[in-house]
Amino acid sequence: MSNSFWMRAFLVRYGTAVGACALALVAFWTFALILIPQLAMVDFSLRPNLPPAEVGGPQDVYTLEHYAYLVRGSAGAGGYNAVDLAVLARTLAVAAFVTAIDLVICYPLAYLLAQSPRGGWTRLLLLLLVVPFWVNEILRAFAFRILFGASGVLNDLLLAIGVVDQPVDFIRGNIALYSGLSYAFVLLMIFPLYNAMENLERSQIEAARDLGASRWRIHRRVVIPFAKPGISSGCTMVFMLSAGALATPQILGGPSSLWFTQLIYQWFNTGNNWPRGAAYAIVLLATTIALVLIAMRAGKVRLAEFGK
Amino acid sequence: MNAHVLARVSVAAFVVGFFVYLFAPLVVMGVTAFNTSSFPRVSPFECFSVEWFTALTNDGPLIRGLANSVYIGFGVVLLAVPIGMAGALLLTRIPDRAKPWYYTVCVSPILIPGVVLGISTLVFWDRLGRMFGASEGSVFYNGIFLTIFGQTTFVAAYCLLVFVARLQRFDSTQEEAAKDLGATPGQCFRKVLLPYLKPAILTSAVLAFLASFENYNTTVFTSLTQETLVTVLAGKVRFGINPSISALAVAIITLTLVAAAAYEIATRRQALRAAPRPIRPVAGFLLGNAGIALLLLIAVAGIGTIYFAGTLGVEECKAVALAEKRRRAQERARALEQRLPRNDAPELRPTQPIDPSSIFAPSSPQAPNNETDAPASQPDNAPNPFAPGALPAPTTESAGASERRSVELPDPRAADAARERASQTD
Repeated sequence: MSNSFWMRAFLVRYGTAVGACALALVAFWTFALILIPQLAMVDFSLRPNLPPAEVGGPQDVYTLEHYAYLVRGSAGAGGYNAVDLAVLARTLAVAAFVTAIDLVICYPLAYLLAQSPRGGWTRLLLLLLVVPFWVNEILRAFAFRILFGASGVLNDLLLAIGVVDQPVDFIRGNIALYSGLSYAFVLLMIFPLYNAMENLERSQIEAARDLGASRWRIHRRVVIPFAKPGISSGCTMVFMLSAGALATPQILGGPSSLWFTQLIYQWFNTGNNWPRGAAYAIVLLATTIALVLIAMRAGKVRLAEFGK
Repeated sequence: MNAHVLARVSVAAFVVGFFVYLFAPLVVMGVTAFNTSSFPRVSPFECFSVEWFTALTNDGPLIRGLANSVYIGFGVVLLAVPIGMAGALLLTRIPDRAKPWYYTVCVSPILIPGVVLGISTLVFWDRLGRMFGASEGSVFYNGIFLTIFGQTTFVAAYCLLVFVARLQRFDSTQEEAAKDLGATPGQCFRKVLLPYLKPAILTSAVLAFLASFENYNTTVFTSLTQETLVTVLAGKVRFGINPSISALAVAIITLTLVAAAAYEIATRRQALRAAPRPIRPVAGFLLGNAGIALLLLIAVAGIGTIYFAGTLGVEECKAVALAEKRRRAQERARALEQRLPRNDAPELRPTQPIDPSSIFAPSSPQAPNNETDAPASQPDNAPNPFAPGALPAPTTESAGASERRSVELPDPRAADAARERASQTD
């Protein structure tokens, strides 16, 4: 009842034409673009991989085979699908690691920017921060290839200084991948932190200092609790996006290590098993969301505060 | 030195370090774009040239990809900006009980991995197409349309956040005043709300275009047989890298910087117009039309100078660089020749002078690591023994050797590494 009431109020407020258009657009977005495709993907992942002619035929029944494959490997082989499970675990662990690195790098800078007077330098620095973000992910990863390659800038530098006498293989060691991922999402960490800290009154910090709090204690008791919504949205975004990254691992990943999204990509392109790819994608989505929710519960943050 | 000064210095060092980290990749790309070396590298810097930019304009797939990216970008802007605005308007009117649910649904596409969005779009439209018995060539299987829909899913959420931020500061008494003066709801929307939202519309349109333009994770699934600039690029980078990619990056970064500067100047001028106060002559000049014209002139002159510097004398410089490479190769050959007779294994001793190309052959047992340690052992000011025709040029041979090698290796990255070594030696 109340539903139709507020909708009518909406139509009256903006006029029938504009209001109806707005409602139709939002309905199209939330249902045809967001919700139903996700459900279609879940449904699709529960069906066997059939040639187009047999879709809808007697063979087209619900099955858990693709999820079972991720856990147990090919049917009848026994044991566990250690390779794919290890890739999933590694992806999640590295994404968490990248998130932690970004938080450590960005926190001091966000604090500095938020506490320095506005205008002039601060404005310029904020503008400079955005520039690398406009260069796309693939070009950024490509730049890291040049930096970290066997005859790259970093190796030339290390050789010239004499720290090493053989070029270091940063690609195989995945150092290039970790740096590339943390670089790619630095801004998604710094801006939520900056926005949250910007509203913190200087007087609060000064009061804490006057009361004898140490630098570390001021951060632990005043700044961090205040910036918690920013910290949680920054961490959530960096974690979700680095776990879901595809281009950076494709370009910078070592030859012997895969990212979970690369497995999904393989099922769709070379493996030619779309339902299995969809099942893997759902597993990725579900595990990352579960981890974020657990972390939010542990940090006592609500999802509704996200993005504000 | 007291603790305060030390703290300030370390803070400054941190900020400088951070920005070096942020810009080092961009600077590296910038330098490699102008180096003639066929493998993107900073050192040794061979010759300054703009040939990689010229190569860019002759790259058919890249240009077609760019055109597709622009179509998709405009499509996404046309769809995502109205959706974002409608979503934000609805958010202000929706009952409080439903608000958290609605907000979660709207913001979720930002957090859902792009891969998942791409797959779900693909699966959904495939199913719809099958339901309607659509053919392969129909809208349901058109990469451009699917990509527009897939990208709009999350781009509209960005737009929504931009509009929500602007609407929070909207004074709704304006709307009421208009209504009291007899405006219909439609007029009220067009003449009060839309003008107020204009900056947000512009910002979200730019944001939507950029987000669409640089998207890879969703596009790679939804584009089907179509290619966008980014998927073409990804293919290039994965299967062998060359400096024309750097050149493209330089073009993009330049455009970005110009756009950012223009945006900054525009907002400053607007702010000045809104609050007129005495401005310093220099700032006033720079913000005036004459100042902008002068800046443009300087930019054009700068690009022109770089272009001419990059086309003049490149061939001569390349010839010199090639001679230098040959000299080094010969130097290395001689060094090896001197080292070999002292070897314990007499059967390895060559009876005739070593062909320098054999040093680069991957099967050569004497020098398994020559690609890596050879550059370190180059004598820099050795007498030049180079005489034209005295030695076969190692270039073609070594390139052939690494070509063979790259064929043997299935991993594109290994092929890349081989090419990297080849360009180092040739």
